[in-house]
Amino acid sequence: MAERLRADLVLEYPFTRTTGPVIGAFLTGLREGIILGIRRPDGTVLCPPTEYDPESSVPLTDLVEVGPGGELMSWTWVDPPRAQSPWDQPHGLGLILLDGADTPMVHGLLVESPEGLSVGMRVTARWRPEREGHIADLEGFVPEGADQ
Amino acid sequence: MSADPSIPPAALSGEVSLPEQLADVEPVRSVRTPIRLEYDFIPGSASSGYLNAFADRKILGQRSPVDGAVFVPPRGVDPRHGAATPDYVELPDTGHVGGFCVTRLPIPGRDDLEIPYVSAWIHLDGADIGFLGLVAGIDTSEVRMGMRVRAVWKPDDELGRTAENILYWEPTGEPDIPVTAAGTNAWHAKQAAAGEQG
Repeated sequence: MAERLRADLVLEYPFTRTTGPVIGAFLTGLREGIILGIRRPDGTVLCPPTEYDPESSVPLTDLVEVGPGGELMSWTWVDPPRAQSPWDQPHGLGLILLDGADTPMVHGLLVESPEGLSVGMRVTARWRPEREGHIADLEGFVPEGADQ
Repeated sequence: MSADPSIPPAALSGEVSLPEQLADVEPVRSVRTPIRLEYDFIPGSASSGYLNAFADRKILGQRSPVDGAVFVPPRGVDPRHGAATPDYVELPDTGHVGGFCVTRLPIPGRDDLEIPYVSAWIHLDGADIGFLGLVAGIDTSEVRMGMRVRAVWKPDDELGRTAENILYWEPTGEPDIPVTAAGTNAWHAKQAAAGEQG
């Protein structure tokens, strides 16, 4: 019988997407080191911001600063991260309710072990020193006070 | 009144209000979102037979047990009837262009393709569907449906178990197949002829 054949097959799409003013503003904020949410007609704030109100579909335009601190609502532990993960060390993934926001965002939790995480704990953003307008400009979240 | 589809929705064209810190900075307008999927490709028996035959400069198809249609590359099944196709058919390396596309823009990651290039459905003599190949050895403006072509193979000492053995397809100079009998029309023409005889 002939030897079994195998080959590497890589599918790669180098997409560049236009952002529109809302997502563009969110990414601009990240580049400048601030996190933006967007205010709904009822005064609550969505973070990350969306272009439309999820209930009434009216366009949303009022971007406001939130964070950089917040509360950890829920988390899980990732060990080991996959090859294409933005993080190369074991880390948490959490739902973070930023100060001033009414919806939580998902991001990495940069601590040594899951013992460092608990629901309700205070966390704050850790920024990359060089930023380009991308979600990865935000390196992740660390326990409040950890970077001081 | 229907909305003009060329005008973006209000939130995508309208002004947004920003915190003061962002009032005078250059806004981000685009973001890179590359997608990459890495596969470990292991062919099944039909594809393995096809690929192994390439090392001997042979092109294999498979014949449908239902109506005799010949598929290339073989997939082990006639997808129209769900019938297994265990019988291989050796096909010649000649055929015609069933349809083609001239590409004038470079593709990221394919620096080996010099633009403009022609990709085409090659319908081999004896096959009833086309498979993809490059057409070269002719000015792109001269390529046409029904044009007769033959495979240009890599040198024998470079042959592998891969369809990449065929570098491209070049014109044979024979008279064209009429468009009404070229490409997917060929199968329909053949069925119609068989119907008249029956």
